[in-house]
Amino acid sequence: MTTELFTGAEMVVKSLSALKVKYIFGYPGGSVLDIYDAIFQQDEIEHILVRHEQAATHMADGYTRATGEVGVVLATSGPGATNCITGIATAYYDSIPMVVLAGQVASSLIGNDAFQETDIVGCTRPIVKHSFNCRSLADIPDAISKAFYLASTGRPGPVVIELPKNILTPDNKGPFSIETDIKMRSYNPNIKGHPKQIKKAAQTIASAKKLVVYSGGGIVIADAAKLLTTLVETLKAPITNTLMGLGGISGTHKQFVGMLGMHGSLEANKSMANADVILALGARFDDRVTNNVEKFCPNATIIHVDIDPTSISKTINAHIPVVGLVEIVMQQLLDELEEINFTPDEAALSQWWQQINLWRAVKSNSYEQNSGDKIKPQRVIEAMYKITKGEAYVCSDVGQHQMFAAQYYPFAKPRQWINSGGLGTMGFGLPAAMGVKLAFPDKHVICITGDGSIQMNIQELSTCSQYNLSVVIVTLNNRSLGMVRQWQDMVYGGRHSSSYMESLPDFVKIAEAYGHVGIQIDSLDELDEKLTQAFNIKDRLVFVDVMVDENEHVYPMQIRTGAIDEMWLKKGVKA
Amino acid sequence: MRRILAILMENEPGSLSRIVGLFSQRAFNIESLTVAPTDDNSLSRMTIATKGDDKVLEQIVKQVNKLIDVIKITDITDRKHIERELLLVKVGAMNDKTRTEVTRITEIFRGNIIDIGKQVYTVQLTGNAEKLNAFIDALQNETEIIETARSGCVGMARGDKALRV
Repeated sequence: MTTELFTGAEMVVKSLSALKVKYIFGYPGGSVLDIYDAIFQQDEIEHILVRHEQAATHMADGYTRATGEVGVVLATSGPGATNCITGIATAYYDSIPMVVLAGQVASSLIGNDAFQETDIVGCTRPIVKHSFNCRSLADIPDAISKAFYLASTGRPGPVVIELPKNILTPDNKGPFSIETDIKMRSYNPNIKGHPKQIKKAAQTIASAKKLVVYSGGGIVIADAAKLLTTLVETLKAPITNTLMGLGGISGTHKQFVGMLGMHGSLEANKSMANADVILALGARFDDRVTNNVEKFCPNATIIHVDIDPTSISKTINAHIPVVGLVEIVMQQLLDELEEINFTPDEAALSQWWQQINLWRAVKSNSYEQNSGDKIKPQRVIEAMYKITKGEAYVCSDVGQHQMFAAQYYPFAKPRQWINSGGLGTMGFGLPAAMGVKLAFPDKHVICITGDGSIQMNIQELSTCSQYNLSVVIVTLNNRSLGMVRQWQDMVYGGRHSSSYMESLPDFVKIAEAYGHVGIQIDSLDELDEKLTQAFNIKDRLVFVDVMVDENEHVYPMQIRTGAIDEMWLKKGVKA
Repeated sequence: MRRILAILMENEPGSLSRIVGLFSQRAFNIESLTVAPTDDNSLSRMTIATKGDDKVLEQIVKQVNKLIDVIKITDITDRKHIERELLLVKVGAMNDKTRTEVTRITEIFRGNIIDIGKQVYTVQLTGNAEKLNAFIDALQNETEIIETARSGCVGMARGDKALRV
């Protein structure tokens, strides 16, 4: 019996099939044409052709954030690969598993500054979890299998695989086998929390008078929302979410005090500042949360649970660090609390909640919308929440609209809120929404964006036509780069340097040119009706261009260099 | 505070660049760095001398450990350890007086003169960084230093403690 032999390109596709990949997001080019030929000759994996490689990475990313499956990107060498860099960095900063297959010139040409040669492994080194240079046929299945394992375990992240052309072509063939049960002596992420630390944490929680739970994107990534809710309900304590952690607990849960941080709610930031114990779960004390670290929550004992030891005590010193998978550590904590017969201190809780309710009564997330006014952006988000019954996937770009969405669309479930939190990538929203729509064609998928962000990947309207991705794009159009302008108003004496978008296109016509539906909304009295109409169109992409008040700022907002709870509630009004 | 970190890692292409990249990316200090394969060819052993307070050191150790290629890292500074560095130094030896002085200083520091030219001596010395610095200072008082090459330090814990897979 003779063994069947395969080309490297065929091995790429067979490896991905073996790992149950359904979609590849990519763009062809010289060095990867053999892979494209192999894709053409099979029907297990569908290739989605984007219009720019950056969008391929964001689309894969959105797909992953919504489904939890590893996203796969394929790009050619040189510019194809370098166009992926922003998307790789976006995934890296939000710990999103992704495998990027990048073509490379033939091994014999590497280092010669050949046509479309870049050292993509070198270029991406600081923004990947790991990377592989394949040098022979046999490296291919091994690298792909390891890449999936690394990308999706521990703290997830993107992995880049470089594939030189000469190992992909029909000139070389070899037998194919793939090992999917990966073990690496140099990589063993800690799974369980150390029992001693769990004991300490449980005791600290049990003796807390003003406990607050602060949870982040780790909960969403780990699909640990149910367990978090159980834990929080056992503790009866307030819970706040980071921007990345929204949906980790239902946004309408009575113990949820809102998002914390720069544009978080007053009650969330106040709860943190006044807490005696902070239980941080899958969150990393990012500078957009802490504000001035010197003034950060001086009276709190901090329990920090994270899978990544580098996140612990990086910015804020953790008194009780626990390294482990957050879902496992939470279960350990629940077990330990039961073991020590934990019952919440009702008297202390009642006092704590009384205090929190006073902060809540300030209603820091509020705005004024009078009839006859220009449309307030917050009002648009609230309208969408009502129309979609709070069940839509909301994919955001970056800027004011992102913050308004986070503040005014309470997410019931994890993975419903998809945004570039860590890197803050404008242009992320539309391709991410496309990836989500591909996974869930029957669900409402909204891309909330601005007139700045949408133009950073607007070419993808063409991809939407090709694959009939009926996303609803809602542009909060303020004819300016709103967040930049807000900072210029607040910090730079109102000097609007390059934040004004002159010569905006007619977005309705753009949408129509690509075969989509365009709707423009100019006034408040047509907002609800036209938005409803947009969401009723199921089989077409609808681009809704909403003219909003350009002078609206995002409030509340932390005061720079202040403590976590020092906030502007509105212009000139401090909390 | 000066620290010596010993690292055991996969001997893969690109491993070194990941470490060096990490240090520059996170603005960690590198005083010296040495790397070579071990008795097991699949492993590289690296020694990094660095500076930083406890908080920075904690991050350095954690961040290096996070690299997929790294198997183990240990800070050997706190416990009893051996630290050695190799110095090659070429000095002027143009007259009898200088030649005698260089030879004498070399003997005192237990170094070796390993090469001579028409008017130069090349001296080899091993020891910790402090000893090498003192040696260079002593030579400088007597003659011109033409060239120095230092290996950067390598280190190992004393006694039974070993860094291995």
